[in-house]
Amino acid sequence: MELVKDVPCPFCGTLCDDIIVKVEDNEIIGTINACRIGHSKFMDHKSATRYTKPLIRKNGSLVEVDMDEAIDKTAEILANSKRPLLFGWSSTECEAMGIGVNLAEELKGVIDNTATVCHGPSLLAVQDTGYPVSTLGEVKNRADVVIYWGCNPFHAHPRHIGRHVFSRGFFRNRGRSDRTVIVVDPRKSDTAKLADIHLQVDSGRDYELLDALRSVMNGHEIPYETVAGIPRDTIYQAVDILGKAQFGILFFGMGITMTAGKNRNIDAGICTIQELNQFAKYTLIPMRGHYNVNGFNQVCTWQTGYPFCVDFATGYPRYNPGESGSNDLLQNKEADSMMVVGSDPGAHFPQKALERMAEIPVIAIEPHRTPTTELADIIIPPAFVGVETEGTAYRMDSIPIRMKKLVETDLLSDKEIMEKILERTKEFIASK
Amino acid sequence: MNEIILTPKEQPSVPLELLNVNPDTVAGKSIDEIRQIKIAHGNTEVELSEFFNVKGESSENPSEIRIVIDGDVYNTKRIGYGMQSGEILVKGNASMYVGTEMKGGKIVVEGNVGSWAGRDMEGGELIIMGNAGDYVGSAYRGDWRGMSGGKITVHGNAGNEIGEYMLGGKIEVKGNATTLAGIHMNGGVLVIHGDATTRVGGEMMNGTIIVKGRIDEFLPGFKYHGIEKNIEIDGEVIDSSFYKFEGDFAVKGCGGIVYANASKNGHIVP
Amino acid sequence: MEYIIKNGNVFDPANNINGEKIDICISNGKIVEAVKDSAKVIDASNKIVMPGGVDLHTHIAGGKVNLGRLLRPEDSKDFYESKVGNKRSGSGFSVPSTFMTGYQYARMGYTTAMEAAMPPIMAKHTHEEFLDTPLLDKGAYDLLGNNWFVMEYLKEGNLDECAAFVAWLIRVTKGYAIKIVNPGGTEAWGWGGNVQGINDPVPYFDITGAEIIKGLGKVNEMIGLPHSIHLHCNDLGQPGNYETTLKSFDLLKNIEANPKYGERDTSLHATHVQFHSYGGTSWRDFESEAPAIADYVNKNDHIVIDVGQVTLDETTTMTADGPMEYDLHKLTGFKWANVDIELETGSGVVPFIYSPKSPVSGVQWAIGMELFLLTNDVNKVVLTTDHPNAGPFIRYPTVIAWLLSNKYRTDLIENSLHPWVQKKTSVATIDREYSLYEIAQTTRSAAAKVLGLSETKGHLGVGADADIAIYSFDPETQDPSTEYHAIEEAFARAKYVFKDGEIIVKDGEVVKPEGYGRTFWIDSQYDSELENKVVEDVKIKFKKYYSINFDSYRVHDEYIRKSSPIKLS
Repeated sequence: MELVKDVPCPFCGTLCDDIIVKVEDNEIIGTINACRIGHSKFMDHKSATRYTKPLIRKNGSLVEVDMDEAIDKTAEILANSKRPLLFGWSSTECEAMGIGVNLAEELKGVIDNTATVCHGPSLLAVQDTGYPVSTLGEVKNRADVVIYWGCNPFHAHPRHIGRHVFSRGFFRNRGRSDRTVIVVDPRKSDTAKLADIHLQVDSGRDYELLDALRSVMNGHEIPYETVAGIPRDTIYQAVDILGKAQFGILFFGMGITMTAGKNRNIDAGICTIQELNQFAKYTLIPMRGHYNVNGFNQVCTWQTGYPFCVDFATGYPRYNPGESGSNDLLQNKEADSMMVVGSDPGAHFPQKALERMAEIPVIAIEPHRTPTTELADIIIPPAFVGVETEGTAYRMDSIPIRMKKLVETDLLSDKEIMEKILERTKEFIASK
Repeated sequence: MNEIILTPKEQPSVPLELLNVNPDTVAGKSIDEIRQIKIAHGNTEVELSEFFNVKGESSENPSEIRIVIDGDVYNTKRIGYGMQSGEILVKGNASMYVGTEMKGGKIVVEGNVGSWAGRDMEGGELIIMGNAGDYVGSAYRGDWRGMSGGKITVHGNAGNEIGEYMLGGKIEVKGNATTLAGIHMNGGVLVIHGDATTRVGGEMMNGTIIVKGRIDEFLPGFKYHGIEKNIEIDGEVIDSSFYKFEGDFAVKGCGGIVYANASKNGHIVP
Repeated sequence: MEYIIKNGNVFDPANNINGEKIDICISNGKIVEAVKDSAKVIDASNKIVMPGGVDLHTHIAGGKVNLGRLLRPEDSKDFYESKVGNKRSGSGFSVPSTFMTGYQYARMGYTTAMEAAMPPIMAKHTHEEFLDTPLLDKGAYDLLGNNWFVMEYLKEGNLDECAAFVAWLIRVTKGYAIKIVNPGGTEAWGWGGNVQGINDPVPYFDITGAEIIKGLGKVNEMIGLPHSIHLHCNDLGQPGNYETTLKSFDLLKNIEANPKYGERDTSLHATHVQFHSYGGTSWRDFESEAPAIADYVNKNDHIVIDVGQVTLDETTTMTADGPMEYDLHKLTGFKWANVDIELETGSGVVPFIYSPKSPVSGVQWAIGMELFLLTNDVNKVVLTTDHPNAGPFIRYPTVIAWLLSNKYRTDLIENSLHPWVQKKTSVATIDREYSLYEIAQTTRSAAAKVLGLSETKGHLGVGADADIAIYSFDPETQDPSTEYHAIEEAFARAKYVFKDGEIIVKDGEVVKPEGYGRTFWIDSQYDSELENKVVEDVKIKFKKYYSINFDSYRVHDEYIRKSSPIKLS
């Protein structure tokens, strides 16, 4: 048995890079340091529902084909589309994403990632108001006030609290007891149970509470007795506590990005953090879900100027979430073919979008049987990034991490598959 | 006025874009030349005549031209984009971006329109007889400088975030508006004749919002200034009693005003 | 492929060639003595021939650059390029996307550009963007002026340990030089503070900016890096900051240049000095102190500066000077991004509008011009706009035209700029005009020399890389002083650009978009035994205070397409 050290975990945006993986005869037999979900990610790569051969749906059922046929058919479908949509990308590595953007450009299609259904509103808010952030080490070393708003890392990012918040840092050598933890959440979540203060805001009314916090910071008196279910005096006290921090940090998640107001909740949250800087040092970090959802936003931005929802129909990048997002294109029935890489929209998109997916050709580059592959006309199984192939991923705080290869596989990587599709697509377009 | 009549043949499921079919861009062109103008259809370009029958008479002078789209173009985007003069009449529905970046002239849509009608509008008049989507008279993503002039009238209802980052000009909605009307507004006038649900004037810095209907819930960042009667906006007196609010104090240095009809909004007075 | 460029008016200051008609021979990517008769002839009659441009201070790749792109879709909406053949599309006026960055530099005849700020922990990001930045040779400077290890070594007086650490860090992050930004100030910003001047102690670390600058200045020469320390002084953008600037310059006065590679003979490169040449006590009595700064540069031989010329555009500011960006956000009310980076540095991004009508913007423009025009020896002053901070690099042709034409400047001063320009600066009284020879110095030879790359860059002598720009302007019949729009256009769209001996631009258009240039990085070790000891110490602190594992820190070879390590022995 071999112990592979310093392995980054291809599960969540925390991208823990201290996992020890036990490998024997080209099989992973165990892990050390990984959380429950991370562990299963490493162990599941060879599960029963894993595809090993490309499949094409013929007369209603999936038939094994060789790689060339799958690539050929994929390229043909995409090249013959007027509005092809390339979606997903959050569970693969940056090099594959870069070729994906190139493919979208070649096809004059649209490329989008899963941020569209998680932190897309955060990106819109960033573009309106800014992005005062820090790396997670800054939190560990300096933070004395930690706010979790609309997120539950206890379950969604299991090692986050232990590694970065409850642990000891340079200026916080007592760890947990040096920090005040505030949770804003309508639910009594397990994270809320760990908090010193739990503001149980009314569901879907975060914007009102943020508006109140900000106006109090500006010396305004709240005219109403309660705001969003929180008594006025509690809001005054909260501002007092926040203002007395030395270094405060706001972590936020889908409980605020995907509830009423969406990007405006984050807009107000970002402004709150910016304005708190007049009293103390404050930064924020979005709790990104997939381990490399941020990576796509990085790659797409440096290649095109925009983080997601990029529309190449005119030959140059255009951007407007609400028009060029994957759900917009599917629900408006604009998309006439779809390729899914490194994600499962079949499980996460609204019904109306799934109805369109059922109407158009769908290609899934996907290792496992998922709700998406049920809708797919072509399935191409790739190697698992971070287990069977290497590449780059960006952590939630934008630190790049090199993913490792632990075992050998015969499968092509996402990057190699993308390269083949791109090459074949160019040939199709040239022959048109 | 010379009329150029575009009769839609069919609306494909992959949308069309009429980016280059304005009075300014067709002026001086023959009807035959107009038929050959390239329009976007998804990632391809087709001639206008593929999706529209074109007839009528053009003019050298764009302000002498009225383009009549004689039918429903619910899946056609960017009608009147950047238009400077002349008129466009749509005798049906239209998709996104009607009158976006409009600088002059007049657009009338008899049906409903998609989102971003009059986005970044600088001048001219945009009239929507039906309903409008979200972001009427808003700014482009990331820009803090939105609609700066001209007038938009929506006779039906409007969606979310109308007048977002508005700097000047006037938006009038005869029906209701949904949430976040006048978000980040920094000037101009927004009149909502119907109801305005929630978060009216969120983070507004400046400008005036008048709601003649009901505001379901008001933001805590506003200061109440009592009742004002017969308010005068843009030289026009509105003959009613209004609760006057100032804000949004979430924003430093704010001076925005929200008037809420006194007969319907007693519940938001502190 | 061999080429011979015939009949051009060659400006090659490093070889004392001033507009003479000399044939340039190219073979195997290099400039050579002679080529075979079969060599392709490029007729450069009535044209300017110069070495490829060298930008030694620009922000084109990495975390904060990308944050600038992300933050500003409105900067991209109306400024884009379409895909044409193998040329990729892109967007962004002040912060172009990576492919577009390469094409835009190439069109202007620039072939080398150095990213001036790389946070070591995010080095992979900078290099990943380099992988997608075509045509250019490039390198990146490691941010070290607020690094906890550096501050502690210098505080303890452990210069050798510090040198071992810095050499190791630059090697594992594949960096090129030591960059110092607001020394101590960015660490203070970790707590929301800043330092004032060079003698204000950093919270907790109890070391001053002066000690950091001087310490790293010595360390730089102990390692023998090709470039000197690259200093962004304290107090950037503050009225009255010129005193801090002069004091900072003086710290390096007695440090001897000791490069183990290249021909550099100076111990300090002070960057975007325009932002550091301000008099007065507030924005109300703000005025130029550029003459005092230029005077210092004229009288001292240990310093080279670059200007950071304001171009009077709406742009995006981005710097590792975190507290400065926060102040700018407070001043303008514009959106603000910030990234604090554990144990190392920070950064901020804020849009900014340099309006010609604004009194302050006008004076900033004038200060930049004064620095250029009052520095006697152009080998000491390098053309930059601190892209995109004072303006986007695509405005270099305009800056060049301003330098070449007093009339162009006078028109601007009298017709467009605020009267403060004439009241608070001396720019209107200076009628000096650069020669084309001096333009080649400030954009080519001076930059190459101070970078330590003058063996192969910034000149057209035998042995140089065949990076060559040919511009459609006839110095024998045309006068740039009066035909300033013609020279501006010529420099904006080169007639031909050669990169490593191949034509990449013709008639202002990229004709060979697929190529990728080198990445220069410094492969050095100060003292292997000491390094082992230092790295063991680093590993311990890594476990305790960094949030990533030590093993995740280094930049793997996969992140470099065309590696060009400079080995120091």
